[in-house]
Amino acid sequence: MPAVEAVCQLTDVVVEIGGLPIRLRSTDPDFLGLIQRRYAGYVNPTGDASFDFDVELAPPGTESGDEEVQVKWEAGRWLMERGDFRAEWNPATSHGRIQQTINPYSLDSVLRIVHTLLLARTGGFLVHASSAIRNGRAFLFSGVSGAGKTTMARLAPPDAALLTDEISYVTRQDGRYFAVGTPFFGELARVGENLRAPIEAVYLLAKGPENIVEPIDGADAVRGLLGNILFFARDPEFVEMVFDAAFDFVRRVPVRRLTFAPDARVWELIV
Amino acid sequence: MNNKCYVARSTAIAARVLGEETMVMSAVNSTLFTLDEIATIIWESADGTTPLEEIVVKKICAQYDVTPEVAVKDAELLVEGLTEHGLLLVSDQPIGITNSPAAETP
Repeated sequence: MPAVEAVCQLTDVVVEIGGLPIRLRSTDPDFLGLIQRRYAGYVNPTGDASFDFDVELAPPGTESGDEEVQVKWEAGRWLMERGDFRAEWNPATSHGRIQQTINPYSLDSVLRIVHTLLLARTGGFLVHASSAIRNGRAFLFSGVSGAGKTTMARLAPPDAALLTDEISYVTRQDGRYFAVGTPFFGELARVGENLRAPIEAVYLLAKGPENIVEPIDGADAVRGLLGNILFFARDPEFVEMVFDAAFDFVRRVPVRRLTFAPDARVWELIV
Repeated sequence: MNNKCYVARSTAIAARVLGEETMVMSAVNSTLFTLDEIATIIWESADGTTPLEEIVVKKICAQYDVTPEVAVKDAELLVEGLTEHGLLLVSDQPIGITNSPAAETP
């Protein structure tokens, strides 16, 4: 009897962030392996997915230097483009296509865009913020590059579960806002823990000589938050949804200014 | 700018009233604008059918201690700025495209 050799070749990986499983198909096993390593902790082993993307790999060196992301709605699909990738996604069929070279960064950007588009429909958003869970409650530390997001993550006490040091994932459910772990990292280069907790407060970061927390209300809170929310699509309906989400969020979640010195004692103020 | 100009809110924006201010975000470039109390009056009255001068005289000069000449000039500058950013549409004829007024945040 001839020997039967079973060859099991990986054809896709399902990456699930914020409870949204996205299947990434590729004919290149090396690329799929790269995805599995990059999104470790966020790979859904069951293989069930709500959305499917076919990833077509272009030869290295075919990228252009254009760093501006273009996202537009055209003929029933979202078109996403940057110098290093081109993607489209049809929400009606839940199917999309990504063209990129073999690198993890392009896919990371496409996933961020797709999640902002999906989240907007449910009142959620992605925001430039590090976040952590402590005592069952999530805290966000928001600011532009250099404001101290990664510093706050580094200074976090041992009992804090780090969700991200770069891009926080905010979902809305039953009138409450939750922070969810993401694999989107910054300088810390560490994937966040795949956990979820209700958001207790958002701190807008500013560096200073001492640690001070001040409440921020109304328009200042909205301005501060909107300034850090990720906007990719220039679509009026999308912008309105995110805009409304920011207003609703500041009505329900305290927004505070945190001026801090790079010292672990700052976490004593995070309550 | 012609005194008989008509102004209408662009449809490519998102706007919400917060207290006495109005926050407007452009859908073209996601830029955020904050309109003060008087600019909010003009913004809310920009229905495309009421001339700017009439808005100023009836809704601003009637409430604030300012002459129509000064108020109209200030309003024209404001309208010019908002138009440059694509938040308002301006015409010497009534404009058909209008939004519903911005929803007030409770």
